[in-house]
Amino acid sequence: MARLGRLMVDQPLVPLVGLLAGLVAVLEILQPGIVNERWIGNTIRFAIPLAMLAACQTLTMLTGGIDLSAGTVATVAAFVTATLTPGLGAPAAIAVAMACALAAGLVNGIGIAFARVHPLIMTLGTGLIATGCLLVYQRTVIASGAEFPALLVWLGTGRTWGLPNGLVLFIPFAALVIWAQRRTGFGRLLYAIGANETAARLSGVRVWQVHLALYALSGVIAGLTGLLYLGVVKTASLSLALPLDLPSVAAAVVGGTSIFGGRGGYGGTIVGALILTVLATMLTLLQMPEGGRRILYGAIILAVTALYIRLTDRN
Amino acid sequence: MRAVAANGWTVGLAVLLALLLLATKLIQPEFGASGLDSLARSALPFALATAGMAVVVIAGGIDLSIAAMMAVASVTAAVLMDGASDAEAVLAVIAVLLLGLAMGALNGALIVVTRVPDIVVTLAMLFVWQGTALLILNAPGGGAAPWLRALVVGGVTLPGVPPALTEWLPRGVVVLALVVTAVWLPIRRSKLGLMIYAIGSDPLAAFRSGVPVGRTRIVAYAVCGLFAALGGLAVTMATGIGEPIPGPYLLTSVAAVVLGGVVLGGGRGGLLGPILAIFVLRLVRLDLTLLSVDPNTAAIIEGAIMVAVVMFGGVLAMRGARHD
Repeated sequence: MARLGRLMVDQPLVPLVGLLAGLVAVLEILQPGIVNERWIGNTIRFAIPLAMLAACQTLTMLTGGIDLSAGTVATVAAFVTATLTPGLGAPAAIAVAMACALAAGLVNGIGIAFARVHPLIMTLGTGLIATGCLLVYQRTVIASGAEFPALLVWLGTGRTWGLPNGLVLFIPFAALVIWAQRRTGFGRLLYAIGANETAARLSGVRVWQVHLALYALSGVIAGLTGLLYLGVVKTASLSLALPLDLPSVAAAVVGGTSIFGGRGGYGGTIVGALILTVLATMLTLLQMPEGGRRILYGAIILAVTALYIRLTDRN
Repeated sequence: MRAVAANGWTVGLAVLLALLLLATKLIQPEFGASGLDSLARSALPFALATAGMAVVVIAGGIDLSIAAMMAVASVTAAVLMDGASDAEAVLAVIAVLLLGLAMGALNGALIVVTRVPDIVVTLAMLFVWQGTALLILNAPGGGAAPWLRALVVGGVTLPGVPPALTEWLPRGVVVLALVVTAVWLPIRRSKLGLMIYAIGSDPLAAFRSGVPVGRTRIVAYAVCGLFAALGGLAVTMATGIGEPIPGPYLLTSVAAVVLGGVVLGGGRGGLLGPILAIFVLRLVRLDLTLLSVDPNTAAIIEGAIMVAVVMFGGVLAMRGARHD
């Protein structure tokens, strides 16, 4: 047992991939023949937005924070893009949407960095303000109709050689995040602040700069996710990415990122997002009523994290 | 004077509430007993959710599943009271309250036993309770006992006292005050209350002083579950049916708790501050509606106020820490 625990701490991806493989095996047993190329492609297609949103959570959780405005910011970016494209054309609409996402991230960053507001509260508040702005904005464009930029639709729903086109965006994105968290100074600072903020501060780290940059980055990532999700779902909805909000936190946690900070990484989060997506498919297959599905979803998240904590007991 | 200084934040909130009431009267001169009554009735579930969240936050934790627990309580009450007699309705209320205690205790027990952080556990339990509510009642429905609904409607009438004197006081406020006092005051004054503040303030020091940290935590979450059950009952009382989809109580209750002077780290604050804060928030919303402000713009203003107050409070806390 202790060896398994050490394995999980040193190579956290191994047990996670094992869990994912186990889930897929169970899925195959439940309905033989379901695991084929088409299903894998679909699973990846739906896991990508979740994994991208979970990147926001992973990065902020590394410093002991959280970003509960991510889903709302993604929805805002998607809605603004969809409604501005008919009038301004796709590139300008996307630029405006990303500017909104960056603004939201900066607001988060300013509140958390300068006024020392707890990230949970600050991001909840920013999410509420963003929702209000979105609703006000929606009233002004109610007549303009919605259009989905061709690039986003291609990214969201197309396939090349059987794999979703979204991977064209996601693989460089994931590689960048993983490289950044491990190899750049910024990534090291995130881990340092999460592990012991006082020590980091005493070592000369300008924590406020890191927080500001971090939450601005989180806003940008959320905006990107919104754009991609718009291509996947192809609806201009006011609650587009909100169902991904809490599962993105769950994906990061299941992937081994500690909510207290200092531990975890994006690789685990990606596997966590895949696990949650496969889990959702499995629950749909079991043909349980919606209530039963939710209960199992919550119970499994709890069981996985409890097991993880039990095995990697550091205290 | 020292009492005022010690409870400065709460006093400030009370003054703010009074000013807002004055402003409401200025905006709409006909605002009177019925206005206060509908304000109290709409604020009741929020206030109870805030009370529950405040207890948990004081104990150093947080409960993200509170809105979902309220939904479970609401649908259970609606299902049990649907077509039941008055006596059976009383039993139903008691059953729902016990259910709330059990749900909260389960949350607390899972946090203690699995040693998973409270945010993660209550996040997972949010799904579990949501699912439970949907299993009990998968669409809004059920019923509510008439005497229960009458309990919070209208002004207070005391036998022997001329109605004009007491009718301006909404029954909802009285019920809220009675319930919160009945649950919280005995706890606060007892050893249990001291232990709750202790584990919120510094769990390690509390442990070393002999406080049973695990058990106290479970009790704190159980009390939160009790308030959630009361909140769910309030929702059913207000609408007359059970609602399986959780309402916006989570975000508002966390905001009110922080606005009410309870530090998110735990160990400080009380219940009066957050409850005053929730009435301030609801009154701001009412004033904005009376001023014919678009409800969506009102949401922006609410969010901005919340963020601004919390930022102000954070800056104040920083200043205070530096002077130590």
